Amino acid sequence: MRLNTLAVSTAVLLAAGSAHAQYTNGTIKIGVMNDQSGLYADVSGPGGTWAAKKAVEDYGAAKKGLKVEVVFADHQNKPDVGSNIARQWYDVDGVDVIVDVPTSSVALAITQIAKEKNKVFLGSGPASSDLTGKACNANFIHWTYDTWALANGTGKAIVQTGGKSWYFLTADYAFGHALEKDTGDVVKKNGGTVVGAVRHPLSTNDFSSFLLQAQSSKAQIVGLANAGGDTINSIKQAAEFGIVEGGQKLAGMLMFITDVHALGLKTAQGLNFTTAWYWDMNDANRAFAKEFAAANGGKHPTMVQAGIYSSVIHYLKAVEAMKSDADGAKVVAKMKSMPTEDKLFGKGTIREDGRHMHDMYLVEVKKPAESKKPWDYVTVKKTIPAAEAFRPLKDGGCELVKS
Amino acid sequence: MLFELIGIPPQALFGQLLLGLINGAFYAMMSLGLAVIFGLLNVINFTHGAQYMMGAFAAWMLLEWAGIPYWGALVLAPIIVGVTGIVMEKLLLKRLYHLDHLYGLLLTFGLALMIEGFFRKQFGSSGLPYSNPLPGGTRLSFMFLPNYRAWIVVASLVICFGTWFMIERTKLGSYLRAATERPDLVQAFGINVPRMITLTYGFGVGLAALAGVLAAPAYNVSPLMGSNLIIIVFAVVVIGGMGSILGAIITGFGLGIIEGLTKVFYPEASNTVIFIVMAIVLMVKPAGLFGTPK
Repeated sequence: MRLNTLAVSTAVLLAAGSAHAQYTNGTIKIGVMNDQSGLYADVSGPGGTWAAKKAVEDYGAAKKGLKVEVVFADHQNKPDVGSNIARQWYDVDGVDVIVDVPTSSVALAITQIAKEKNKVFLGSGPASSDLTGKACNANFIHWTYDTWALANGTGKAIVQTGGKSWYFLTADYAFGHALEKDTGDVVKKNGGTVVGAVRHPLSTNDFSSFLLQAQSSKAQIVGLANAGGDTINSIKQAAEFGIVEGGQKLAGMLMFITDVHALGLKTAQGLNFTTAWYWDMNDANRAFAKEFAAANGGKHPTMVQAGIYSSVIHYLKAVEAMKSDADGAKVVAKMKSMPTEDKLFGKGTIREDGRHMHDMYLVEVKKPAESKKPWDYVTVKKTIPAAEAFRPLKDGGCELVKS
Repeated sequence: MLFELIGIPPQALFGQLLLGLINGAFYAMMSLGLAVIFGLLNVINFTHGAQYMMGAFAAWMLLEWAGIPYWGALVLAPIIVGVTGIVMEKLLLKRLYHLDHLYGLLLTFGLALMIEGFFRKQFGSSGLPYSNPLPGGTRLSFMFLPNYRAWIVVASLVICFGTWFMIERTKLGSYLRAATERPDLVQAFGINVPRMITLTYGFGVGLAALAGVLAAPAYNVSPLMGSNLIIIVFAVVVIGGMGSILGAIITGFGLGIIEGLTKVFYPEASNTVIFIVMAIVLMVKPAGLFGTPK
């Protein structure tokens, strides 16, 4: 139970140069909204705010004469709380762009508000592929990953290696449903079957009952269409209840590096999952992770935090080129027209439905003996090229896509 | 015939009943500590969930920092956390006994938020690994029973019975019960009532920590693990009757089973069913199933 700690703003004024009149209120104001204290706080949370500030710093906003301010708030994973903050930010506080917003149900609410107010929303944390499908709009870009990409990456790899029948443990809200549907589609398309699913409430402590139902379904694969603490509890208890020993395999459809950390390699070893970014892939990522860890108590960045960095860089490029941040739809159109490039995500593009296109990676969790340093948790098994990683443009049902 | 009516095979039903019992063991242990504290101190201890979490973290710290395994932590963690409880009672809670219940509730609630915030800051929100000291299990005819879960049920039954016996059937327990009724009289007989109250709070907190240690190998050890549980446990205590020890134990196990069955028939409601039961019980018996109306 948390009390309403709302919209604490830490203003980081990074500019001395004279403010250009083109920017609303003379400032480019970035609002990082995510779960600051609940089950997704390690996935983005305060580390996400750090990443946004780091992006502003690395972009050299101050030197270029841009006045940029970063504020943050805790949406507590509740759509109503998130909507209130978004309205306050867009209407009263002069926030030009909201970034991050994990928890699909909150993101689905905020993308509507961004459209209504003609502001910008860059989603790094949310997963639902509906955000660039039937709920798409001209003010939103989906940056880091989505349920379709996860399903496609992990689901396809598992079905192709013989995991034909699936049973889902699904978190009972927008994200879980989307992940279950997208994975189910991939499974069926590749010749597998879905034998059943059970919907559990968000933040469930005990999964034994659901695991028993999964066990008696006799499915080869138990797909975990949940996230964060729910995934951790599912995997931990599956080990206890002998799910894997009994011949069934687990598939964590959405896993973050912080989840592997919480499980420990002994329990998590051998799991496959799909990620947009991993800190130990190249020197630039490692350098970023080192700085991140120093500022965040040793934790290493997740793909969501890296995605926040990347999206803020690209946003600043677009508003600087336009010399204005006033018209949200125009800023997003400008962002779509420019190729993306930054040190963490490399080169990419943004599609007309708002999907940021970049490579995804299928990774496997290491055995305890293979881990040589702190947070050395996964090996990259396969790079999924951008063109294959995300849902084909025509299949999403986004109204921005002209047929 | 009955099984055909409700539409699930008897084997699955037995499995779910057993799992419900296991979860009920946690509810029973947690609500027991709350009931003891409320019964003797008249304090609604909202810090209970945080203290349960501290128990699990203490087990983790003992293992990681001092190399003390699970079985050692089972003894040490409740003592360590119990001592923090005693300090808290001496410094803060003690000052509120003459005031309304509400003040104790507000203080303990505030402390719970602070403790959870501190652990979140130190250890992050996603949790820490703690490996299972009793891996493996037994394949029963209707389900696979992990050794560790069997141990939870046994340990919890022993703890619950021991506590009930101590309070209801021993001399020390009779002092405690007498001190709740008439502290002035008991004091006049030469018994140090304030010290007894302090130790009782320490004991109640120790029970929460013990439940936390038992939970560490089964559930995710995270700063939020207590706040997820505490609301349910409060409902259990209210249903059982505030301050009733036997009530806390029986409703703890009972509601575990009801929740377990809900997870089969209508899983979406599994986190609300306990509150539905609470509403019904409060309408029929406002003092709870085992409570005595005042």
